Amino acid sequence: MTLYAGKREALEDAFLDRDDEMPRGKPRSVTRDALRRLRANKAAMTAIVVFAIIVIAALIGPYLVPYDYETPDWEAFTAPPSIESGHYFGTDQNGRDLLARTLYGTRVSLLVAVIATTVSVVVGVLYGAVSGFAGGRIDSAMMRFVDVMYALPYILFVILLMVMFGRDVFLLFAAIGLLEWLTMARIVRGQTLSLKEREFVEAARAAGVSSFPIILRHIVPNLLGPVVIYASLTVPEIVITESFLSYLGFGVQEPLTSLGTLISEGTDALGAADWLLLFPGGVLVTMLLSLAFIGDGLRDAFDPKDR
Amino acid sequence: MLSFVLKRLASTIPVLLIAITACFFILRLAPGGPFDQERALPPEVLANLRAYYHLDDPLIVQYLRYLGRLAELDLGPSFVTKDFTVARQIGIGLPYTLILGGSAFLLAIFGGVVAGIYGALYHNRAGDWAIAAVAMTGLVVPNFLVAPILQLVFGVRLAWLPVGGWGDGSLRFLLLPVTVLALPHIARISRLMRGSLIETMNSNFIKTATAKGIGRRRVVLKHALRPALTPVVSYLGPAAGYLLTGSIVVEQIFGIPGIGRYFVNAALNRDYGMVLGTVIFYMGLIVLLNLLVDLAYAWLDPKVRQR
Repeated sequence: MTLYAGKREALEDAFLDRDDEMPRGKPRSVTRDALRRLRANKAAMTAIVVFAIIVIAALIGPYLVPYDYETPDWEAFTAPPSIESGHYFGTDQNGRDLLARTLYGTRVSLLVAVIATTVSVVVGVLYGAVSGFAGGRIDSAMMRFVDVMYALPYILFVILLMVMFGRDVFLLFAAIGLLEWLTMARIVRGQTLSLKEREFVEAARAAGVSSFPIILRHIVPNLLGPVVIYASLTVPEIVITESFLSYLGFGVQEPLTSLGTLISEGTDALGAADWLLLFPGGVLVTMLLSLAFIGDGLRDAFDPKDR
Repeated sequence: MLSFVLKRLASTIPVLLIAITACFFILRLAPGGPFDQERALPPEVLANLRAYYHLDDPLIVQYLRYLGRLAELDLGPSFVTKDFTVARQIGIGLPYTLILGGSAFLLAIFGGVVAGIYGALYHNRAGDWAIAAVAMTGLVVPNFLVAPILQLVFGVRLAWLPVGGWGDGSLRFLLLPVTVLALPHIARISRLMRGSLIETMNSNFIKTATAKGIGRRRVVLKHALRPALTPVVSYLGPAAGYLLTGSIVVEQIFGIPGIGRYFVNAALNRDYGMVLGTVIFYMGLIVLLNLLVDLAYAWLDPKVRQR
């Protein structure tokens, strides 16, 4: 890119009106435009700030809270939230500080979401790109498989995998990621079908590059927009799945905790200690809402024709 | 129409076969057997049990035997609750699940369509915004969080409705679980309905009808509604599947003795026979419901039949 910067400037000076909005010499890429549109979207920017606060709190919060997530405070069992005692979110029936547990649970939920989303992005992008690039009979066979998987409710498979993996939570969520790639594969395939007809792919092929490097070097980098959008929609889905499983008693086990486990415990204490449900539930809802707005904002930014 | 029905019917067979095969082998890959208990069984008892359930045969033989039994609609024995076959337990739970899911299905369609029509006719006004806000919450907040909050408000604080249980199956007991189950689908359907009705109301044939002097109510109900309903109808197939899997957690929260509870208990007890049987039953039911919805769709919209 830098090699051609000077040439580009010369060409622009010769043939184009001066563009004052962008710094000269810097390429005006699709991503750059999209980020500018995203910055103009107030709801999405607020959501990003809120989400960032939650992430930072989950990462460094546990070190700042004087209590840890598994040690009981023998002075305070089922204590309501109060500022004097230092249990800002109260404690549970075992005297464990709810703030520490919520922070820790958020961290586990986010970690699981990141693992599963990464797996689903990698599998979905590769599957979709290969299917779209190969075309013909391979393509239709691969997409037929996706159709079949679509027809089946994935939560049932998740519970089956759960029976299989038992207590290894992180392996389990890698497996959820392995089931969550279907939509990603479809989107990526559609994009690939149009990308592979473009001149730069033809040029690469003419230069003797074989199929798989073309997919990795030329197709996949151009899929960034849709992949980012869809990945941002996958994260909340995985957070919900994790909470759902933990709620049913399949997911994260004691003394480790996650938002779903905390909500499940809070439900049992409902009426006697409402704060046990309200705080973790509030964090989950805030997180899901902000992710929903971020996803919407990204979609508007990367795909302006949809508005 | 007949050839469409047959073609559609034939396309369900590979779906079911792949699903059954995948479930069977996933469960058999799992480490540990159904008879692993805290206290190990005497080896000769274990050997007898394994021989009784043919667990020592090669996997492929077991698989073919299972398929053969399925063809006779026999779901096999349960490994934990030995007095009841899988089919018997499903038979006991099915009426509850069907009543719960069916009521939620009707409520979702009715509530979603009415809210959608309102939102479309008064779009961008206060009422529309209010519906959109409620719908967003309904979509984002998971049902295991909505349910306890409703239980707390209507069951404990106001004491208007029972907190859980089936009771005599009257409306009082059904109201909360059905609402919780239907809520996200009311939201989804209302958004689909709103979007498509706004589009339809802007089309030329509606302008013609209005220009002829037909009253607004008649234009909406007689002319615009039917074409606007197509995206809603195509969502009903997936919705039926989501309702069925969603009822797993709703049954758990409200203590309703449907299939979902048997399924969760079986998964927690690692009762492979029961887990496999219920998953296959769920999948069969979902494939069947999708088939029915597709047929209804083809009946509504002749264009679909041509494909």
